[in-house]
Order: sequence, then structure tokens, then C-alpha cells
Amino acid sequence: MSSLKVGYYPGCSLVGSSRDFAESLHAVAEALSIELCEIPEWNCCGASSGHMIDHLVSIALPINVLLKARKAGMEQVMAPCASCYNRLATASHEVATSAKTRQQVEEVLQTKIDKLPKVMNVIELLAQVADSIGPKVTKKFEQTVACYYGCLLVRPAKVTGFDKTEDPVEMDKLVAAVGGKPIDWNFKTECCGASFSISRTCVVGRLGAKIMKDAIDRKAEAIVVACPMCHSNLDLRRGEVNRHMEKATDVPVLFITQVIGLALGIPEKKLGLARHFVPVKFPAKPVATQVVQ
Amino acid sequence: MSHSLAARLEKEDEVSVADCYQCGKCTAGCPAAEDMDVAPSQVVRLLQTESPKHEERALKSMAIWMCIGCETCVTRCPQEVDLPRTMDFLRQESLARNLANQDADDVVAFHKSFLKSVEKAGRLFEFGMVGDYKLRTGHLFKDLGIAPTMFFKGKLGLLPHGGANKREVAEIFARARAAKKESQT
Amino acid sequence: MARVGVFICHCGENIAGTVDVNAVAKAALDMPGVVHAIEYKYMCSDPGQTMLKDAIAEKKLDGVVVAACSPRMHEPTFRRTAEEGGLNPYQCEMANLREHCSWVHEKAPPTTDKAIDLVRLQVEKVKRNHPLKPIRVPITKKALVLGGGIAGIQAALDIANTGSPVLLVEKSPSIGGHMSQLSETFPTLDCSQCILTPRMVEAARHANITLYTYSELEKLEGFIGNFKATIRKKARKIDEKLCNGCGVCQQKCPVKKIPDEFNEGLSNRAAIYVPFPQAVPNKPVIDLANCTYYKTGKCKACEKLCPTKAIRFDQEDQIEVHDIGAVVLATGYKTMPVSNFSEYGYGKYKDVIDGMKFERLASASGPTGGAIRRPSDGNAPQHVVFIACAGSRDRLKGVPYCSKICCMYTAKHAMLYQHKVHGGTATVFYMDVRAAGKNYDEFVRRAVEDDGVKYVRGRVSRVYEDNGQLVVKGVDTLLGGEQVEIRADMVVLATAVQAQDGAEELAQTLHVSYDPYKFFAEAHPKLRPVETNTAGIFLAGACQAPRDIPETVAQASGAAVKVAGLFSQPELTREPIIAVVDRQPPPVFSHCVGCFLCKSACPYQAIEEESIKNRQGDVLKVVAKVNPGLCQGCGTCVSTCRTKAIDLQGFSNEQVFAELMCI
Repeated sequence: MSSLKVGYYPGCSLVGSSRDFAESLHAVAEALSIELCEIPEWNCCGASSGHMIDHLVSIALPINVLLKARKAGMEQVMAPCASCYNRLATASHEVATSAKTRQQVEEVLQTKIDKLPKVMNVIELLAQVADSIGPKVTKKFEQTVACYYGCLLVRPAKVTGFDKTEDPVEMDKLVAAVGGKPIDWNFKTECCGASFSISRTCVVGRLGAKIMKDAIDRKAEAIVVACPMCHSNLDLRRGEVNRHMEKATDVPVLFITQVIGLALGIPEKKLGLARHFVPVKFPAKPVATQVVQ
Repeated sequence: MSHSLAARLEKEDEVSVADCYQCGKCTAGCPAAEDMDVAPSQVVRLLQTESPKHEERALKSMAIWMCIGCETCVTRCPQEVDLPRTMDFLRQESLARNLANQDADDVVAFHKSFLKSVEKAGRLFEFGMVGDYKLRTGHLFKDLGIAPTMFFKGKLGLLPHGGANKREVAEIFARARAAKKESQT
Repeated sequence: MARVGVFICHCGENIAGTVDVNAVAKAALDMPGVVHAIEYKYMCSDPGQTMLKDAIAEKKLDGVVVAACSPRMHEPTFRRTAEEGGLNPYQCEMANLREHCSWVHEKAPPTTDKAIDLVRLQVEKVKRNHPLKPIRVPITKKALVLGGGIAGIQAALDIANTGSPVLLVEKSPSIGGHMSQLSETFPTLDCSQCILTPRMVEAARHANITLYTYSELEKLEGFIGNFKATIRKKARKIDEKLCNGCGVCQQKCPVKKIPDEFNEGLSNRAAIYVPFPQAVPNKPVIDLANCTYYKTGKCKACEKLCPTKAIRFDQEDQIEVHDIGAVVLATGYKTMPVSNFSEYGYGKYKDVIDGMKFERLASASGPTGGAIRRPSDGNAPQHVVFIACAGSRDRLKGVPYCSKICCMYTAKHAMLYQHKVHGGTATVFYMDVRAAGKNYDEFVRRAVEDDGVKYVRGRVSRVYEDNGQLVVKGVDTLLGGEQVEIRADMVVLATAVQAQDGAEELAQTLHVSYDPYKFFAEAHPKLRPVETNTAGIFLAGACQAPRDIPETVAQASGAAVKVAGLFSQPELTREPIIAVVDRQPPPVFSHCVGCFLCKSACPYQAIEEESIKNRQGDVLKVVAKVNPGLCQGCGTCVSTCRTKAIDLQGFSNEQVFAELMCI
């Protein structure tokens, strides 16, 4: 099995509060023979706060990361955090399209910016090896699932160039590949409140409740995400979300890497499921009755 | 006219508010509009007139701080007006001129704490960032309830991570600051 | 000896304000061959022209240079004046002192020097000009109208009424076009088919009109007055003379589940079908892609049951070639598909429909008998949202233009809905209301003031389905940007008007220009709206740009008059500025060596082969020959000719080089 080698940008949340995402990613990568080469001495990309109050820093930080990746010989970089992915892609796009920005960033970084590595998100990476997943499935993940993409994987389209902006399907395909039943629902790309988690938790509660309600109305047994912020807002902040719901819900939120990991037979502990605030359990499936002769 | 916010926005960020024909589609789909004192499309209108009175209203609004940065507006805008970029510009301008709405102090504090943490260690130190945030805002007891759970589930690192080149990152921030000062003089 | 007169125009201040016209006149008198040089304020005026004529007579001029504006403005004027003065019109040239000089330079001595040079160039040329005679070409007085909608029908009737025969070619099995699908028309709320079908029947019965339905134009060769049109009559698989329109075949056809195009998929049709009951001609056609017999070799129910034995499975397409004098393009439009709207569901919601579908619901002859019903469950919708500007004025969707008709038909739809579903609520989300025609604004006000339609100014960001209803997320910008969420039972999108499918290919077949949106291009946006840049091909209707029925009918009549004007002349007169292949005495016969590089270079296919024969009929040499009717005088062939055997009358190599030597 030839291994797929790719530059890896964990981002601050994966080494912080979203360890479970990192754990499941590494476990799945190992099982699928993907070699994640961590970018040496990577720095924070600046996330939302960066571009919101300091534009130049918000472009310089991601470009610094991409330059390090280039120097380490990486042709492509995968960033599992949707926000990091979006910032890396945006910074790359801006220096390519604005000579002025490029010049400003080059002055801040004190170096010329040449060709930068291609940036991809975790779903794009998994889609590359999608064919190899099916044969390795030992326990089908047979749940009805609402795939929640959030904002920054698909928008803005001219930066991400990934999937459809209004009704994306790439994550749905991955879930289906491991036996899951992805539902057609209305809140695939509706915002969860993102970085308001700390400063305006009530906004997260309100928006998260709308997302959960639609998924639950359509009988979802799990929400599957590919973004640590979305996961945090729907899982860690479940208390606040429940306060905004008519009826509190215990439908769990899983990372796509955890779903695939479960299907590949990787133990729950290795996938970080215990770190969730909302316990990961599913309604019992009716057992087929046997006719007694 | 050439010093208006709209002119600067065009020159610095290549965003043309003149393209907006005030259809309101951005406002219609904005998840945060109900928290805003001025609707997103109206923020653009306040810049279109190039009147200092209107510009000040935009800079002092809560709207620019309640924007989540979800990019829904620009994705649906029929004229492809980059409203998220406009919001970024207004936020920075608002801080530069000390006009940020006081009711948004906690939101501003969050962003400042975040970047301060990154500047110091090269990577975000969540625990430290939250601590700094609490000191800035005085919300000392916020999220104390979930802190123990976070800790026991391994989601609350008490020490900053190493790994980044701290000096390099600090220099990036410093040079950016210097460049901004230079462009303002 | 040459006797050239130079006339310098001030053009008010346009030229005289920048160029020293007196100095130019003085310099002209010193030019070899010039015997008369004056300057005057407005040469194109009556006194100016009289001056020209008088000078030709008095000074016995054999060449005239008018130094004034661009020849594109007044060359015909001055050539006619010269002719009236007794000169051959092609011995009058213009020097462009305005667009090429005074309008692009500052007032300074070099500008005047340039003006003098420009005059000198034309003096040298006109000394070498030869008198030329206009070319006369015969005209075939028969018209071809492409498209059988209201535009094509009107144009065909108007041309036919002037006495000329018309071929009316329509792609689909019946004439009528989109107008036949409409329920009522604004601003009168006339029943569309009621006002259209009399015209359709008139067109079918007119002695001078031959209907070619279920037919397409394959090729158009030739030039104005002398086209050759190749028409493919697609096989209906019916003998039209035997078929009496009884309809038994449609009733008995076992394949019944094909979405009916005429009813926009709201009902089904059989594999053998007549598009709608009022179709003209009322003869069925077999849809080969869905017919069981053509797919599997079995069935033939229609053939067995047809009382007049009119079914002909072995019928082939027929090709007919016709001589035509003029073509009217009236191929109409299509609307943007609902599947294009990612934010409104990519077309997957049954109750999110477009305007045309609503027309079929509202139409008394439609699948619901005129009752407004939800396509999903057949219930009457209690809350309907109409979204105007769906896809129009939308750079993101690639349609930056306004589709013109949607504001009016949206108001119409909302009114019809209110009339038919009492107690229902209609909400229109709009940006502007464009109702500029006669009685149009009053019509829209009726919707608001009399019928209670709610107009909300704002665009809709998203529509999605929840529990059988459609959640519409809009905004009221007049209330300061207040979000408006409506749970609707039906959403009607006023989708953008676009060029018909296949418009680009048709334009290329006809060598007609088109714009980036594939609408056919008019010759001049203001002053020549019904002509194209291809002589002899005219435009009518929405194939040129979105427009409503009154404008379409007016434009169709306008195109018809152009055709009638063309046909009213005994012959066609064309400018003699064309290429000519030289002839020499034997044994050379011509400097042309027959390489035909010119033929492949010619953009107008105007070069043919000609065999030079001796008296016995043996071919001595094959040389190039220019068709004087097709040649546009571009000169491309002249530059490709290696032996300089081909030259342009009126712009010969000798004349052009003489100009160049002046610089």
C-alpha cells in the first residue's frame, strides 16, 4: 500500500481543546496509510480574531506557515481545522491576486513570496483515499447522520473552490462510504456562531439550537462535523444550546474522522470519544425477530 | 471625497461599495442580523453617501462587532460586494479611531486577548487567553461551570504549547504595527 | 492634367477650434493638381453643398477632396452632391480632419501640419481614382422567417400582405411560441391564446405563407437578395394529408408518462402527440426517443388504430433548398432554469416554480384548468411568495442585465392568484418595479391597491423546505433592513430571460453577430434596431433582447417593412468598392496563377473559381473570380495575392501607395 504523504498543519485548537479531532485524525491516517508531516515550527494562523482586527497580521501569519511548509519541501498542506484551512487559503489567494498585499506581507516577513503549497481541508484529503476506505470497514457506521459543514469549508467559493456552497455533498459521500445514512437537511452550511463561543455564548446557543432542531426533526441520530469550532459549539456548548431549544437533546456530535475511525474498527478511546461533553451513544437498532420453528 | 471611508476601502482593499444596489439579500440571509443595530446592507449604505456623519454611525455601530464572519452575505450578493472585508476594515478603523461601541467591549476584548496570546507564544494558549479575557472584561466567573469538565476531559491545557518560533512571531506583529503606523503618518 | 478641388470644413469649432483651416486651404492650393481650395463653416449644410456643386462646374473639377469629419458620417452625402454636380461619385474622397485630427490633438502647429498631410494624402489618391459604377444585383422576392412565435407570425403576415411569398420555419411541431403558453397578457389581461390563435390560423391559411413546422434551417448560403436556404423538414412520421386530427393515436399510445414540454412538466403526454389542442397545424408528431416501436421494435398501436392510415414509420427527414431574398430572425428566448438557483434549492423543491410554470397553472387550458395548485400535493396554496429579479441584474449568476418583462408578469401573476384563490396572501419581493410601457404602471398599482398584493422591497437570500412548506428568508429594506421570514406554500421565481438554446450555433450558421449573452446583435443600438450587420438578415423579437409582446409585434412589423423595402426595388444596388481579379490579353489571360490563397482568406466566401476556356471549350487556366454581390471590399485577398493579380476598386494598390508616399 503506497502511502500518501501530505504536509500537516494541526492548528492551535487541535493541540488544545480539540485533541479528540487530532487523535481520531492520526488514528485514521495511520489506518489508511496517510503520512501526516507536521510543518516544523508552525505558528498560529490568526483565526477569526486576526482578520477581524488586524488585516496585515492575519495574512502574514498564514503565509509564514505556508513558507515554512514550502521550505520543508511540501507541495500540499492539509489543515483539519476549517478556520485554519480558510485562513491559509485566503492568505494564499490574497497574495496571489493583490500585488499590494503581497508587497506588504513580504516586508513584514522580510522574504520574497514565491510559489506556495496547495491548501486542502480534511474532507478533500479523505476523498483522495475514499476508495481505500470501503474495503477496510469492519463495522459499518449504520446511523442516520446530519452532515454539518459549517461556513468556512465552502465559503467564499472563489477562495475555497470546494464542493457546492449551498448543498455540499463531499462529507455525505464519506459517511455513506462507511455505511452511514446521510440525510438531506436545511442547515448544512448555516453558521453556528463561531468565535462568539466565549464573548457571546447566547448567540451560539440560539444558532446552535436552530441547527440541532432541523437535524432532529429529520431524525438524525448524530451530527457529523469537520470543524473544531462547530464541534465545540454544538458539543461543549450543548448546555447553552439546550437552553434555546424547546426540548433538550442528547444527539451526539462526531468528527468525520471519528466516524470513519469507528467504521474501521479503531477503539473509541483512541478516537477521543470520551472527551465529548455529549456522550456518544446511539439508539438501539431493533433486532430482527427470529421465527421459531 | 478621496479621504472618505469608501474611497479608502476601494484603494486599500479593492472593495467597491458603489457596486451595491441595496437589494438587501445580505441582510436577508445574515444569521446575526437580529443582533445588529444597523442591518448589514445599511452599513454599506452608510459608506455610500461618503458623509462623515454616516461614516461615524457605521464605526460606532454594534453591527460591525456582531458580525460573525460567516461569509454568507458575499456568497449570495448578486453584485459580489465583499461585505466581510468591509466589516474587517470598519472594525479596524473603529478601533484606530477609538469609536468602538462600548456594548461590544467583551467582543473586542476577546479578539485582543486572542491575538495577545498568539503574539506572546506563537500559538494560542487557550487557558491564558481566557484568563486575559476575564481580566479585561471583568467576567470572572464565566464558564467556571464547564471548566472542571473540560479539564478532566483533557481539553484544558494549563501550560502553553511550545513549538512555534516565538521570536519570529513577535517580530511579525511588531513589523506589522510599524507598517501601520507609517501608513497613518 | 488633374483638376482637384479641396473643400475644408470648419465643422463649427470642432475642427476650426484646433486646426488652422486657413493655413490648410492655403497649403492645399500649392499641392500639385489642386486648382481650387476653400474653407467653409459647415460643408454638409445646403450652402456648403451648393458651393461644392458650383465649383465642380465653374472650375471643371475632375476630383474633389472634402476635408471634414469621418467618411462614416458624410461620405454618402458628399458623393451624392458630387454626382449632382456632374462628377462620378467615386471621384470624391474625404479627409478626416475631425476624428483623426482635431478631436485627438491639442491646438498647436503640428496639428495643422497633420491636417495638411491628411489633405495631401487624399489629393494624391483622388488623382488616381477611376469612375466606378454601382453594381446591380437581382433580388429573389421571397422571404424566410425563422421562428414561429408571435414575432415570426407578425413578420410573416406583414411581408405576405405586401404580396411577397414567405417561408415560415418553426423548430417545434406547432407555431405559437411562448405566447401560446401564457394564460393572460399584461396590461389588459387578455387571454393570450384567444388573441394569438386567430393570427396563427391566418398565417397558416395565408396564400403567400408556407408553413414549415417541425423544421430547421441547416444552411444559408449566398448574399442579400440571393440567398440559398437549406431547410430540413424533420419527419413527423405522419402523412399530413391523410391525418384528420382525430386524436385516437394519442389516446391509445401506451407510453403516457413523458413530461409535457408545453405544460412545463406539470402533466404528461404520449409518445405520439400534438403539443396543445390549438396547435397549428393540428397534426401529431412521434417522439422517436420515447416511442416503444423505435426503441424495441414492438407496438405500432397508433398505426393499427389510425382510421385514415396516416402513420408512416418509415418517413424520412426531407431536405429542401429554396432561393430566398431576405431572412427575418425571430427565434425567441428561453428562461433561466430553476436548477440554476443554489440558494433556492437547485430545483429540487416541487413547489418552487418559475413564471412559465405559473402561466400553465393559471391557464384555463392548462393541466389544472386554470386553478392554482401546488405541484407537490395538488392543494391550493394559501401563501404564495413571488421573487422578482431571480437571476437578472445578477453579476454572480452571469446575467447583469434586466429582463424587462418580469416586473410586469409578476404583478400579473400575483393579481391572477388573488383573483383565483380568495383569502390567499401574495407577497412580492422586489428591488425596483419597472413598468414603463403604456398603462403599465397603472397595472402594477392595481395589484397593490385593488388586489391587496403585498410588495416588500428586498431580495430573498434563501428558500428551503420544512414540513411541506417553503421557508422564505427575505428582507424589507424600506423598514431599515428588517428580516422577513415567510412560510409559503408556493414560491414563484421570475427567472431571467436568456437567449434561446442553439442561438449561438444559428448565428454562426447565418454569419450574424451576437453579444456575450448570445442575443443577436443589431446593426446600431439606436438607429438600426431591426437590422443585423449581415445584409439581408433582419431581427424581430426577443432573440435580440428581452422584450414584451407589443414591442415584439412592433419590431416584427419593422423588420417586415425592411424586407418589403428591399423587395420593392427592381434590383439591388451595391457599392462598387470590391475586389477584381485582373484580365490580360492572351497568352497570359490573367496574372492570377490559381493558387486560391485569396479564397481561403476571404471572410465572406466571395471568391469562386473560374475556368478560362478557348473556343473549343478546353480549359486553359483556372483563376479566381470575385462574386460582386458578396464581396465586402475588405482587401484581405489583395494582401494575400502573391502576384498582385487581385486589386480593390476604389482602394487600389496604386492609390494606397500614393497616399503612403505622402507621409
